[in-house]
Amino acid sequence: MKTKLGISFWLSLGWMVLVILAALLANVLPLPNPNASLVAAPNLGPSIHHLLGTDPNGRDVLSRVIFGSRVSLVVGFGSIALGLLLGGVTGILAGYYGKSVDFLFNSLAMIFLAYPPLILVLALVTFKGHSLWVITIAIGIVGSPLIFRIVRSATQSVAQREYVAASRAIGAPTWRVLAKEVFPNVAMTLVAFIFIAVGVAILAEAALSFLGQSVAAPTATWGNMINDGTNDLAQNPILWLWPSLALFFTILSINIIADRLRVRFGVRDSFI
Amino acid sequence: MEEILNVKDLVVEFSAGPGKKVHAVSNISFALAKGETLGLVGESGCGKSTTGRAIMQLIKPTSGRVEFEGADLTTLRSKKLRQARQGIQMIFQDPISSLNPRRKLKDIVGEPLAIWSNISREERYEKVREMFELVGLDFEASQDRRPHEFSGGQCQRISIARSLMLNPRLLICDEPVSALDVSVQAQILNLLRELKSRYELTILFIAHDLAVVKNISDRVAVMYLGKMCEISESETLYATPAHPYTRALLDAVPEPDPFVERKSDAHHLEGELPSVIDPPSGCRFRTRCPYSQDICALEEPPLRDISPGHQVACHFPMN
Repeated sequence: MKTKLGISFWLSLGWMVLVILAALLANVLPLPNPNASLVAAPNLGPSIHHLLGTDPNGRDVLSRVIFGSRVSLVVGFGSIALGLLLGGVTGILAGYYGKSVDFLFNSLAMIFLAYPPLILVLALVTFKGHSLWVITIAIGIVGSPLIFRIVRSATQSVAQREYVAASRAIGAPTWRVLAKEVFPNVAMTLVAFIFIAVGVAILAEAALSFLGQSVAAPTATWGNMINDGTNDLAQNPILWLWPSLALFFTILSINIIADRLRVRFGVRDSFI
Repeated sequence: MEEILNVKDLVVEFSAGPGKKVHAVSNISFALAKGETLGLVGESGCGKSTTGRAIMQLIKPTSGRVEFEGADLTTLRSKKLRQARQGIQMIFQDPISSLNPRRKLKDIVGEPLAIWSNISREERYEKVREMFELVGLDFEASQDRRPHEFSGGQCQRISIARSLMLNPRLLICDEPVSALDVSVQAQILNLLRELKSRYELTILFIAHDLAVVKNISDRVAVMYLGKMCEISESETLYATPAHPYTRALLDAVPEPDPFVERKSDAHHLEGELPSVIDPPSGCRFRTRCPYSQDICALEEPPLRDISPGHQVACHFPMN
């Protein structure tokens, strides 16, 4: 009855578990300080002491990739969590109540959507500083109107189902109708989308880093490492490769997980 | 007979763009005596389901009164409304869509108690078990399953079980069997009949099929385009329909015996249902009525008694 998730799903999940564990345990792993210069000679190739070699400042590349994953993961999951809080709650309310509530929230979302997101993020970062939290909040705010639109339309279709009318007929108060009947069914259609959104948020952070607008140097992020790598192409031709591969496999894994979950949890009311 | 529900001048209108209104239900009045079953019939789009939902206040009526056990539900709000309405329960048309696909059967059927009573989870599931047995479902085998694993007939049994958990006095059945196979229809109708006598229920049975309604109803009300056409004891209505529309509906019931001649004067409805946004003046049925006269376009026929307990809204009732 249940669809198999397939080998690609488990490989992807394995990669994500590895990345998340490495990010969590970075401090206890036997890694040199990612920001310490000249832990070895600059521009070494991969060796047993420095698995991915060193960069032009003599910093350990593996250590920087692993510590850099923290930024990507915090921004990726954190910003979407914030986006879900803002866009999800308003989306469910707008979709369920309709009329003036819908008009109010939808108008707000449209105004946000009409504003170029990059400018909004750059403005926030410029005024509030290049910290991890500002980046997370900025991307979360920019993503929330999109999440709002998706949650709203999913809620609108769920709200018309007869089980929602049945719940009201039994006498459930509105919060209970939303929590027990509407939310679980909306959430199912959201699972796949959320993973894709996390991927997009990670990419957005990487793009900001690449432009030098994310977390300030010397903190490693995948985006600023790729940028450094392209600048140092002459001295160290494979430096850009490691953060790029990490980013590539992470985004690919997230998308595969999302896709398989969508098939697995594709909302089915019946098999008839 | 003691009245349990009294619907007075019920009007439900929906906005359909600037200056346009859908006249879904226009000035409907009827009463339900304790313990009786009233069949409410009419074509699709005549407002019969809207009437059911407006009684439940799932759709707010535009005007009119809905008195249930003496309290006017249209004046009540939020918690007071939900409390007063506990005595009315509803069964919906689509048995699968009316059950949340993500919840287990024992939680779906136990939901009314989870909302309204403080009993423990074990006690609640115990009551759910009793109700499962009553409607003919195996509790052990089905309690932890989800609705999509069941057939339409079984899902309708689950809906019925849920609707009875609060010991309602009035049950509104909104086309409860029209989505089911004919063989299953009979089972569900029999179950409803059984439960009706066991729980001394009053039933408002909404359907578009006169044959189904005939079996279960004490009285039958016929609606057309948001208006009440005729209301009477079911035997009288089936034997001597007074409204031309009722007559046409009865003539449209298929005759299963091929050797029985159809009545030669049988008349069939022609044309389409007029728009509910701009209904015909006077009698709303006049555009499709074979007996329509000038007065039918000018004056709306009121619902009036033609014999005790038999009311018709027609200028020229038959018989």
